[in-house]
Amino acid sequence: MKKTILALGAAVAVFAAGTASAQTLKTVKDRGVLNCGVGTGLAGFAIADSQGNWDGLDADVCRAIAAAIFDDPKKVKFVSLSAKDRFTALQAGEVDLLSRNTTWTLSRDTSLGLNFGPINYYDGQGFMVRKKLNVKSAKELAGATVCTQQGTTTELNLADYFRANNIKYEPVVFATNDETVKAYETGRCDAFTTDASGLYSERLRLANPDDHMVLPDIISKEPLGPGVRHGDDQWFDIVKWTHYVMITAEELGVTKANLGEMMKSTNPEIKRLLGTEGKYGEAMGLTNDWGARMIKHVGNYGESFERNVGMGSRLKIARGVNALWSKGGLQYAPPIR
Amino acid sequence: MSSVDARTSGAQGVGVEKPRVAFWNDPEKRGYIFQAVLFAAVIYFFWAAFDNARDNLVKQKIASGFGFWNNTAGFDIGQRLIPYETTSTYGQAFWVGLTNTLLVAVVGIVLATFLGFIIGVARLSKNWLVQKLATIYVEAIRNTPLLLQLLFWYNAVLKALPEVKESVAIPGGSFLNTRGLFVPEPVFAANFSWVLYTLLAGLVGYVSYGRWARLKQEKTGEQSPVLKVGFGLVILFPLAVYFLAGQPLSFNYPDLGRFNIRGGVQVYPEFVALVVGLTIYTAAFIAEAVRAGIQAVSKGQTEAAYALGLRPGPTLDLVVIPQAMRVIIPPLTSNYLNLTKNSSLAVAIGYPDLVQVFTGTVLNQTGQAVEVVVITMAVYLTISLTTSMFMNWYNARKALIER
Repeated sequence: MKKTILALGAAVAVFAAGTASAQTLKTVKDRGVLNCGVGTGLAGFAIADSQGNWDGLDADVCRAIAAAIFDDPKKVKFVSLSAKDRFTALQAGEVDLLSRNTTWTLSRDTSLGLNFGPINYYDGQGFMVRKKLNVKSAKELAGATVCTQQGTTTELNLADYFRANNIKYEPVVFATNDETVKAYETGRCDAFTTDASGLYSERLRLANPDDHMVLPDIISKEPLGPGVRHGDDQWFDIVKWTHYVMITAEELGVTKANLGEMMKSTNPEIKRLLGTEGKYGEAMGLTNDWGARMIKHVGNYGESFERNVGMGSRLKIARGVNALWSKGGLQYAPPIR
Repeated sequence: MSSVDARTSGAQGVGVEKPRVAFWNDPEKRGYIFQAVLFAAVIYFFWAAFDNARDNLVKQKIASGFGFWNNTAGFDIGQRLIPYETTSTYGQAFWVGLTNTLLVAVVGIVLATFLGFIIGVARLSKNWLVQKLATIYVEAIRNTPLLLQLLFWYNAVLKALPEVKESVAIPGGSFLNTRGLFVPEPVFAANFSWVLYTLLAGLVGYVSYGRWARLKQEKTGEQSPVLKVGFGLVILFPLAVYFLAGQPLSFNYPDLGRFNIRGGVQVYPEFVALVVGLTIYTAAFIAEAVRAGIQAVSKGQTEAAYALGLRPGPTLDLVVIPQAMRVIIPPLTSNYLNLTKNSSLAVAIGYPDLVQVFTGTVLNQTGQAVEVVVITMAVYLTISLTTSMFMNWYNARKALIER
């Protein structure tokens, strides 16, 4: 029922005069806080602790933008959205951006009226099963019942994969991630499917993580990144360059710890990144030290990755394709100049 | 003061010429003006809302219109009453959701009516224990939120059931496990239609005989063995044909496969939880309506029936219930409507009803919130109005006709 009300609320918001389409930056500045749409709780990506502070790779995107605008990473209001409600909430202006392990697809980019920022996590869909089922590959799941979350690319990939391999299966679909995991845990389903990162994260939350395993098959490409509404190029630029600044900082070795030193650096690339040279921030409606602010409060991409999902976290996910392009990965930023 | 005088004199004096007043002081004309203004305001409100929404959608380049209806859906639905595949369209997904909603509504309404009547009568029982139990049931169920009850039933139903490997085998070839209840699927041979035809003929015969017997009783007071004749026509006769046709009915028994049970008919736990939850919840309200209806029939009616020599059974049947029905039917109607609308809480437990499939997945995949929500609201409105119309017709038939 809550979902319906939200959808209705969104519909009403569409009726409301002039939704916040252009001028998002001004709206955010006037409001004094950034409304950031995140998931309902996925460890490592965006999850609230006991004090209600959100943490994670996706939460850091919101914090970095807030740092760039307000020089204060705490000026973010996190709005927890289920997969089903997220786009409506963004379209209706309830949130300024969506940083919610959302897959960039053509139809979302076009007919949903969204723009996707740079990919901050390259992922793919996988399956988790109980070890005692003795299944070694997703292709052995013929006749299995699979739990998944509603309104995701996962739901569609699942159907595609089984159709392509001509395997019969039975989907059970839930509105939120928690309900899906709970149904898997109670034995309603043989397998649980979502992005591989999500599987590693959810496995740790199960009562006996060792009874479960993630199958090696990755059945899709899931480029995850922040999304904004169509029609506000300035805001879209800010979201894009937030990620690029964090990547560039990692590339140039600028970290939270050595920022003070780096501010005095004579390297022109670092000077442009931190705003000690040029007026790149002002061009976007921000201050010129916007890059320095992000590094000061959030750190570079590598730091954020290690702290939230990498070796410094419980998830222990290897950088893999998410390493810098110079280290064999896919993370690459256009030059700041 | 003059206008008040004009009005009173206008109202009193039939045939007397109306005094001339300014048109804004003429109550009749003023009434028309106010109505016209209100009407225009309402029309403007809806037009503005519609126009604004369309404008905003275009501005944000969000797709609009109903073109998505024929696009490929690309997702699967677990429980479906009509054929549906991944390659089907959003429109077909809509029908799958709608039929699932109707299934829950119809099954729920039938079960809730039975349970509600039993509990309602039990609340008036002279047996202390039965009456208290019924009261506790009504008060406990009526005063807790339905969503919590559904979650309770779903988790209780799921958690209590064994896993597939340890399925409970029910005598008669059925299995019960976390995936639901698996019952043998009837397979009809071609000859089976003969059995159906005889059954139909038997029913028609039974109804006509019953009518004939009632007319005869009204005329002569003589009673006929309606039940015995009915038993012969509806049960013995088709049974005889069934054996003569060579038992044209077999069963496809469910069988334990690698992950799941193969064959048979699967009753999903989501469906069971939703039907049980809705039935138990709505039955509590129906029970109250039934109790109120029965208590609304004055005690004098029962006493008069006893004085005429009627036994308690026929008294209830012929005197109390027909009068109570007049009071029961209107609240019964709104309970039926509530049950249908409450079935949309299915989203919480993963049952693929209209709201889950259509305003859930389809809305999300297409992003067309306005169209999808409008269609869904129109569907619920249609279902509710149809139910109301039927119940109003039934109410009119049952209303007391004074002779």
